[in-house]
Amino acid sequence: MNALLTARDLHRRFGRTLALAGSSVEIEAGEIVAVMGPSGAGKSTLLHCLAGILLPDQGEMVYAGRRLDQLSERERSRLRRDEFGFVFQFGQLVPELSALENVALPLRLGGTGRREAEQRAEEWLERLEVAALGRKQPGELSGGEGQRVAVARALVNHPQVVFADEPTGALDSLNGERVMTLLVDAARSRGTMVVLVTHEPRVAAYADREVFMRDGRIVSPVLAA
Amino acid sequence: MLLGLLEDGPRHGYELKHEYDERFGRGRSLAFGQIYATLARLLRNGLVEVDAVEAGGGPDRKRYAITDLGITDLDQWLSQPEPPAPHLQTVLFTKVALALMSGRPATELLDVQRRAHLARMRELTALKAGGDLATTLIADYALFHLEADLRWLELTAARLDKLAKEVAR
Repeated sequence: MNALLTARDLHRRFGRTLALAGSSVEIEAGEIVAVMGPSGAGKSTLLHCLAGILLPDQGEMVYAGRRLDQLSERERSRLRRDEFGFVFQFGQLVPELSALENVALPLRLGGTGRREAEQRAEEWLERLEVAALGRKQPGELSGGEGQRVAVARALVNHPQVVFADEPTGALDSLNGERVMTLLVDAARSRGTMVVLVTHEPRVAAYADREVFMRDGRIVSPVLAA
Repeated sequence: MLLGLLEDGPRHGYELKHEYDERFGRGRSLAFGQIYATLARLLRNGLVEVDAVEAGGGPDRKRYAITDLGITDLDQWLSQPEPPAPHLQTVLFTKVALALMSGRPATELLDVQRRAHLARMRELTALKAGGDLATTLIADYALFHLEADLRWLELTAARLDKLAKEVAR
């Protein structure tokens, strides 16, 4: 297997809670993988470790041949900005910026000029079917609209990997479906890997495969008898 | 269901079969025998009548039309709710209980079942991606039911220890 992103034997403790108790996973470039499991199984902790947001107490993460857990905070920040995109359940848009400025933000932070950044942001808003909302503030958007803007922002930089933590958790079925369809279509057309944390089977069904977590470990595939 | 198709206008048996298959079949087509048996019953009950007969023999020469009684029957059928299926007998529960009673690993059984369910859900999701709205809605019907199974499965997985004690008595 030629994995782009690998986690080996991750352990992570929060106080007395063992969130990760030896999780290992390998994900290939362009794969869409759903991380499932009951609340408290360690799904979000695993995602945060894979994305280099959180460091494990033990174990290692390898991204494109580099040990993520051995990079400096500064190098990890740059990696997150240049190669990763993020979609969360709530509250991820900067409230003071318009939808368009929010989408353009990762490009601006990477040094792209304002005009070009906003032009590319507009293209992504159009692709996510919210082109008309570019001038609105996040507070004026519905949940579904806000998530589409967030997906546009996650993808605007052409990341290698999109990390999505319950991206449809706050949406009704129809809006959730639309956001998933748009996210998955865009990711597939660009060969972007998606690591998707969800407890909803219907959302997980958009992925190529699922990994299931229980008690901080990934339940290894058991072959049917 | 045939009455519903006939309300639009008279049809031959084979036309009914093709229309049913196209609209509702989703890969599982009606047998001709089933169509003609149903039409014979509807005819006997006065819900349809033979509208025209072409020269020659065989059941496929007749064209059927819905009667007023048939329209009333269709009205009634459409206005009645379908019984919410109680599903109090499920093979899955029986398997879990038997696994626990015999000391076999019930968690693995649930893991295997989850994988099978999710694999089917992926197929249905892919079907929706290329389909029209009718395909989407029928796939959604199946997806929501499979999801309900999975919710039951997770709840059961979380209660296996308790269930093990109960079935051991």
